[in-house]
Amino acid sequence: MTGRTRRKGIFARLFRALLFRRATAKIGIYGPPNAGKTTLANQIIHTFADENEDIGTSTEIPHETRRAVRRAGILIDLKKRTLQNLGHNSDENPTTSSGPAPFTPAEAKSKLRLDIVDTPGLATKIDFHDFMAFGLEETEAKKRAKEATEGVIEAIKWLEDIDGVLLLMDATENPYTQTNIVIIGNLEARGIPVIIAANKIDLAEAAPQRIADAFPQHTVVPISALKGDNMDALYREMTRRFR
Amino acid sequence: MSEIKMDLISADKINAMSSMEKLRFVLDGVREGNIVILEGGLTPEEQMQLIELTMTEIGEEFPGIEISGYPAKRGLFNLRKKTRLTVIGPANVMRTIKKDKDLISTIVSAV
Repeated sequence: MTGRTRRKGIFARLFRALLFRRATAKIGIYGPPNAGKTTLANQIIHTFADENEDIGTSTEIPHETRRAVRRAGILIDLKKRTLQNLGHNSDENPTTSSGPAPFTPAEAKSKLRLDIVDTPGLATKIDFHDFMAFGLEETEAKKRAKEATEGVIEAIKWLEDIDGVLLLMDATENPYTQTNIVIIGNLEARGIPVIIAANKIDLAEAAPQRIADAFPQHTVVPISALKGDNMDALYREMTRRFR
Repeated sequence: MSEIKMDLISADKINAMSSMEKLRFVLDGVREGNIVILEGGLTPEEQMQLIELTMTEIGEEFPGIEISGYPAKRGLFNLRKKTRLTVIGPANVMRTIKKDKDLISTIVSAV
């Protein structure tokens, strides 16, 4: 991509954003394999669309998601979330530690209509032997590796058509990987708004501050997509950044 | 004793190439089993294109690449980002063990 094309892209986005406010934002969930992208997508859908619907399955084997999946028409409604939290508050055993609704009255009126795109994990290497270590047969492992390479290309292509990105990083891992740096560099060059979600804060070894220190120019929200911890902070940030 | 070749490419040589020439040059070198070190490095966009190109070539003999680089720095008047050194090698030969904004530590071992 040349500098001129990149600048043109940024100005075109700015122009469109000013003149044509989006009715629906296409939000891509990006990140390395096993960061929890599908778990986060499921969490958002369960909260705001259908509590029985899953966009995909999560396993410990990397590259479980090998095709980008789009779930259209999700309405993030912080007023609805406030009511849900009040309901949780009366529960003796709340499943999350997010506590009562932290929204101000103004925030509680915020709504965001979006399509979620759950993308395959970005990687620079895919070795079928790694899948065999999880017990897969050789033929199945090779097939999975082939599909995973196609999935990475698909995730990259989707960047052309995305309005905002939730970039997931595993808070128990070193965030300073080349994959994370490349994703952020490309989002910055294209002028795509990004929120970094430091996932897996329910684990004892999680260090979300390490992610904030590595990428100080971006908003970092610590969450547990699995347990639902601190999701309200992420929803608040989404309604603010992606509208 | 097995040997691993390292190609250290000057910024002048790499800047004289188009983006696609750069990517092909790097990937051809890596597929031959070499470690390629680029003075001046690749932009994030070029690195993403390199990942995309790599994915089309992954197979039983070639599991992909290991890539490491210092993050770009703000250049003149804080407007343009200046890329720095990038190291690329075959994923089954090179492994990054430590990395921060000014340090890359890798292990290179013969297959």
